[in-house]
Amino acid sequence: MNLQFGEKYEKLRAEVRDFCRGSWPLAGDEARLPEREAAIAWRKRALAAGFLHRTVPRAYGGAGLEPDVMAETVIRQEFDRAGVPHRGSVQGTHMLVPTLLECGSEAQRLAYIPPTLTGELTWCQGYSEPGSGSDLASLQSRAVLDGEEWVLTGQKIWTSQATETDMMFGLFRTEPDAPKHAGISYLLLPMRTPGIEVRPLTMMQGGVDFCEVFFDGARIPAGNVVGKRGEGWKVTRATLKHERMLIGDSSGARLAFDAVVALAGQLERNGRPGLQDPAVRQRLAEAAGYVATQEWAVARMLSAIHRNEDAKAASELLMAKLIGTDTQQRLAKLALELIPEDGLREPGGDDVVMGIKPFTRGRWVSHYMFSLAGAIAGGASNVQRNIIGERVLGLPRDQRPPGH
Amino acid sequence: MDFSLTPEQELLQETLRSFVAKECPPPQVRKIFDGERGAVPALRKGLVELGIAGLVVPEQHGGAGLELLELALAAEELGRGAVPVPFLGAALATLALVEGGSAAQQARWLPRLAAGETRATIALAEPGGRWLPSEWSADFARGRLTGTKPFVPEAADAELFVVGAAGGALALVEAGPGVRVTPEPTLDRGRPLATLELAAAPAEPLAGAAAQRLFDAASVLLAADAFGAAHQLVRATAAYVMTRQQFGQPLAQFQAVKHQLANMALDIDPTRGLWWYAAHAHDHAPADAPRAAALAKAHVTDRAQQVARDAVEAHGGIGFTWECDVQIWFKRVMFDRLWLGAPELHRERFAQLEGW
Repeated sequence: MNLQFGEKYEKLRAEVRDFCRGSWPLAGDEARLPEREAAIAWRKRALAAGFLHRTVPRAYGGAGLEPDVMAETVIRQEFDRAGVPHRGSVQGTHMLVPTLLECGSEAQRLAYIPPTLTGELTWCQGYSEPGSGSDLASLQSRAVLDGEEWVLTGQKIWTSQATETDMMFGLFRTEPDAPKHAGISYLLLPMRTPGIEVRPLTMMQGGVDFCEVFFDGARIPAGNVVGKRGEGWKVTRATLKHERMLIGDSSGARLAFDAVVALAGQLERNGRPGLQDPAVRQRLAEAAGYVATQEWAVARMLSAIHRNEDAKAASELLMAKLIGTDTQQRLAKLALELIPEDGLREPGGDDVVMGIKPFTRGRWVSHYMFSLAGAIAGGASNVQRNIIGERVLGLPRDQRPPGH
Repeated sequence: MDFSLTPEQELLQETLRSFVAKECPPPQVRKIFDGERGAVPALRKGLVELGIAGLVVPEQHGGAGLELLELALAAEELGRGAVPVPFLGAALATLALVEGGSAAQQARWLPRLAAGETRATIALAEPGGRWLPSEWSADFARGRLTGTKPFVPEAADAELFVVGAAGGALALVEAGPGVRVTPEPTLDRGRPLATLELAAAPAEPLAGAAAQRLFDAASVLLAADAFGAAHQLVRATAAYVMTRQQFGQPLAQFQAVKHQLANMALDIDPTRGLWWYAAHAHDHAPADAPRAAALAKAHVTDRAQQVARDAVEAHGGIGFTWECDVQIWFKRVMFDRLWLGAPELHRERFAQLEGW
């Protein structure tokens, strides 16, 4: 056990820190760029410097470096500290890009990966349907080949950011007679294609994030299939191993925890400063146990991955999503207990958000509700519990009806 | 950055785990728990032969010269097996001498402790739930110690006591005149407790020892023990629900049961790093060690207790019986959670250390 990053990584840390200082906030004419364009300008610089998406091959806009979770951790820590716009759209950078690297054609990689890394091209994910949530492979949206084009019909739902993204990667049934998992293709489609209609859904806290997307005869080129026709399910599985890059990040929990402590520090409770109230101290310390648990579980996973010994942290790897979800919900609940009257008022304006950053007081009421989404998005917690029961504890698989 | 165990540390755990599986399987644990203590000396000797008694003793005194992390890894394995053999008291008394004994005290005691020739333990608490060194009031002056110290483990045949006194002092007391040990009926029968009464007992100071540091080390060992016990309870319960049948199928086939088991694993498995880090910090980041120890003690033992409660429930009616082994592990965890103070005490301490 050695918790120092060591000379090599501390040197990298210093380089990243210098880079951040010299590149953000933007200076000169660029200082006036709108938020999105500013982020793109900065990301281009970070990509060129080899600090962002560093393992993506050079031909596709990355730095072509070997995977190194420690380097990535150091870089992320410094990026977070500097407040640079390094977190792009996860759907594009963390789901589509690995998929194309794994299963895409050369033409698809060259066309889509570079602008996705810079943030110039944005993506939404067309997976869930009204009748297909956890049972995703039962999806019914169709794509029928008509000459040189796929013709799309059907509906997707819970599609985050569908109103503002350029493209969708989605799953469509192309072989209606094949068994459930074998009849699906992974398609890429421009959202501005005629025959695609997006209807935003208002979330429970107000505000819009996810949408319904309707397909009524929309036509896209036949070449927009990733991997082989009918093998879309396999394509989605092939990229699962990249998702662990997303979970090696417990900074959200720490930032949220610090924000709850700061909130308690600003309040009065029972006639004294909030942080001096015994009940508040107990609850904060209890929450600290969960946050530290997540941080050390992540540290253990990263160490295991770094040593190519994933099996040693296998249970933490399988539990990572549930641990993260649970911690965020705990912190949101704790924050609301500190500001109960705020919970009587409807959040409005900038306080209606997904997530809580930046951590203004008003956003906790939103987050109290939005933090529930973590238990559904990206794999429902109840399904995750099945997986933990089966893979961590060796319990039997659920008995499913025939054909599932 | 490498938050993982070395091959040597893993070997230590594997060796100890096989020893426990072979020499102290659940039927043996139960015998001792039910009062047939005949096997205890041989088991204790076996642990000494594995080097457990001398893990943190410097090599020049016949030990392995290792750190709190290795001691905690041993505690995890003993907790996993609910091994009802003296360890906690002896390990902490030894650590107190390693960290705070004079050259003469070390030369006199450490070789004998490492070789298992001297039985030692610690006496920390005082009546009224006063566990913290700052709360101790035993009177230590002019080489004499007077006071009452309840909840002393491994006291029945101890020859040497490390005793906490007023002002957070630590003193060495040998069994003899002025020292009375009264066994107390103890919930965790595998680790019986006693009250130590000292009436002007001859005592010498452990001048270099920091009582709070010993308290923190004890917190880490309890967290590790509770982790091992709870981790095992999850696996034992999983094995049980795979065999127990109802409605013509194993209980494990019911999703309600599967999710209960998954939640138990989620409660305890990820907490390993809390006590790993607290143990590591003791030797490598001492400024952060008290905070980490308080958090590990409070959180891990709390989660472990919930796991133990769930394990009883998942076993159904048999889980509530004396006959079922779950009760032994359940009480092991209760001891770990309550000895040295309940989680509330450690959370308040954490809050103070955070500067709240």
